[in-house]
Amino acid sequence: MKGYFAKRLGYMLITLFVIVSITFFLMQLLPGTPFTDPEKLSEQQLELMNEKYGLNQPVAIQYVNYVRSLVTGDLGISYQYEGRSVNEILSERIGPSALIGFQALVFGALAGLALGIISALHHNSFLDYGSVTIAVLGMSIPSFVFAALMQYFIGVKLGWLPAALWQGYEYTIMPSLALSVTVIATVARFIRTEMLEVLGQDYILTARAKGISEKAVVFRHIVRNAIIPVVTMLGPLAVAIMTGTLVIEKIFSVPGLGEQFTKSVLVNDYSVIMGVTLMYSALFIGVVFIVDILYGVIDPRISIKGEHKL
Amino acid sequence: MAMVVLVLTGCNFDSAKETDSNSNKNKETSEGKQVLNMVEASEIPTMDSAHAHDNVSFTVLSNVNEGLYRLGKEHKPELAMASDDQISEDGLVHTFTLRDANWSNGEPVTAADFVYAWQRVFKETGHYASMFETASILNATEILEGKKPVEELGVKALDEKTLEVTLAKPAPLLGQLLTFPTFLPQNQKFVESQGKKYALEASNVIYNGPFMLSEWKHDTSWKYKKNPDYWDADNVTLAEINVFVVKEAATQLNLYETKEVDSINLSSASVDQYQDNKDFMSIADSEIFFLRFNHNHKALGNENIRRAIDMSWDKKAHVETILNNGSLPLYGLVPKDFSSSPDGKGFRELNGDFNHGTIKEAQKYLAKGLEEIGQDSVKVTLTVSAVEGNDKTAEYLKSQIEKNLPELSVDIKLVPVEQRYELESAKEYDMVISAWGPDYIDPMTYIGMWVTDGSANRMDYSNTDYDALVEKINNENDPAKRYQMMLDAEKMLFEDAAIAPLYQRGLAVLQRSNIKGLVRHPSGPDFSFKWTRIEGK
Repeated sequence: MKGYFAKRLGYMLITLFVIVSITFFLMQLLPGTPFTDPEKLSEQQLELMNEKYGLNQPVAIQYVNYVRSLVTGDLGISYQYEGRSVNEILSERIGPSALIGFQALVFGALAGLALGIISALHHNSFLDYGSVTIAVLGMSIPSFVFAALMQYFIGVKLGWLPAALWQGYEYTIMPSLALSVTVIATVARFIRTEMLEVLGQDYILTARAKGISEKAVVFRHIVRNAIIPVVTMLGPLAVAIMTGTLVIEKIFSVPGLGEQFTKSVLVNDYSVIMGVTLMYSALFIGVVFIVDILYGVIDPRISIKGEHKL
Repeated sequence: MAMVVLVLTGCNFDSAKETDSNSNKNKETSEGKQVLNMVEASEIPTMDSAHAHDNVSFTVLSNVNEGLYRLGKEHKPELAMASDDQISEDGLVHTFTLRDANWSNGEPVTAADFVYAWQRVFKETGHYASMFETASILNATEILEGKKPVEELGVKALDEKTLEVTLAKPAPLLGQLLTFPTFLPQNQKFVESQGKKYALEASNVIYNGPFMLSEWKHDTSWKYKKNPDYWDADNVTLAEINVFVVKEAATQLNLYETKEVDSINLSSASVDQYQDNKDFMSIADSEIFFLRFNHNHKALGNENIRRAIDMSWDKKAHVETILNNGSLPLYGLVPKDFSSSPDGKGFRELNGDFNHGTIKEAQKYLAKGLEEIGQDSVKVTLTVSAVEGNDKTAEYLKSQIEKNLPELSVDIKLVPVEQRYELESAKEYDMVISAWGPDYIDPMTYIGMWVTDGSANRMDYSNTDYDALVEKINNENDPAKRYQMMLDAEKMLFEDAAIAPLYQRGLAVLQRSNIKGLVRHPSGPDFSFKWTRIEGK
């Protein structure tokens, strides 16, 4: 077990290093300078500024310098927010993104689970068609459309929840709900399909034949077996949420990471681009790792002991 | 990693709760009080006046700090921290007497604060160090070129309250330029005590202006409070201004509808729906959009062909149907409602329209131009980046030019904005849609662009008569003569048809009708809140 963890950790670090290196060199190909409003800078002023920020050095040296400070945990100083450290920007911005992402994932998974179970247990009934319709809508309509509609109807017309801004817990509800729509739909569809398959298995027949209560059959045998593919879905879903936040955050004015990422790319804020890329990659790799571990917990057939794996 | 997320989520939850109780408090106290709620599309990039180079920073800095001069209600410079500005006979030495005013930490504002702040701009390689050159401060050019130490900058503290500014040559615009945030004072003791943290949070800055920044939540909101120790506090009415960061125009509109904010800019998509609303207004902005021609290009180097292109399309239909956001057609270099002559006449009204001709005339000019270069037809590339709907403008230009001038064909080349700057600087384009916002409120901010090899020229336009005239304007001290020469310079530019103006940006604004005296400046800070009041409260 320990060996497996160490090995996975090693691979994760190598992957991150490769991502950092590739991003660093690709970023150098972006046109322009990291200084906003270049239209107003004379060539002389630009030279002075390049010198101050070490941008007149060869790319290789800049790369070595970057990696060197990265190892000590220093992500550098932002260009668009003069003097502010990237570490500080990221730690401030990740909170709101993580909060709405986490709420969306938990709520979406639970709601999807409930919807999928109801749908499968009442196969081909009115309830089933209803939940399938919801799922299809949720899959096919992008979350930002829901976001805009919710903002207008719930926020402006009904006034039940604040339309936007970030001033307290009630401000997190609509962005989380908007983000969770995809999760609900995906999870519901998967659970339904899996449950229908499990329902037809011989061991369910056996369990029922043994006279186990219906509740026990459903939860111990059907749901537990049906849930495995959902766990495999959580990884990609978490990633979908991370990318989904880019738009949702902008619509609801959430001071999160997603908007920061797109903006930093647009204005060539090199150090922030690197920092956010690193963070997203680490999150993604981390999620994949956790999902791998969860398999073992949920499905006893999958073991993570053996060195023969991987 | 997911653990990290969970932990962070936990932390955030608490801070969200904390802010929640704050915002409730706001709502309770805002009833019946002078509170203004605004939106801004971006976070404050910096609160350090040495580095500030964008409108958001300029707006905040100009409202919480004050320099020797401040922009008045009519955008003219007014004495501010200085109570007196004595000019020597040769116009080279300005002696400022400072008011009895204090920083928000109780320290007096002294002449040394100005000397320190101004030198610091050079030491910190601030974006706008060139502003000192524009203002003709002695030795600014030499310091930028690295030929003289920064200590030789023409600014000296004669005593605690007397500041002497020496110029390289008389500068009729000095007062106007000194309103620019780069010239704000900074207290050396305070700045140095903060070290690297200076200006990073609301508590790492001190204030000497009408307001103080009392709260600054990054990328979320900030709050101004009236500064009770401001020298002119009696004339400041607003108690509090909340500014929320809202990047999406549709969201801004929704927040206006729910009364969370009091003034927003509408996107062109919403203009039709709201233009009959009583809160709607259309305001001329001072950013201009124009076609830069590459004067090295065989066909576009020809004056007649350039003029033909400028005349060949319908500028009015363009702003009304394509842009539909309050923008105005532009037939000159200096925009409307931007500057007026010493006797109060608008620059645009005085000089009228240039190259505002008919399609027939355009065709005649083109025929003449083609004959001169010995070609039957010309193919040009139009470089554009997709900001502010300029991609649509390019499509419109192409269709109009090709329809009205069949000998011309236009290829559109869409590039990212950063790349457009690079292509412009390298002069690797035929025609490009460019924009220019003024640095200060005087026509020179536009006219100065076109001198030979100027850093904003970027199209190899060169006219020695024009250069000589600009030089003369810069050395003229009589305001009326100077203004006349600027009018002449603009005429000369369009006799050459050097550029083709497209439009002047306009703002379509929704603003509560009980807000009075909210001053929108055409350059530098977007707003001054000093004279703003809310009627009925």
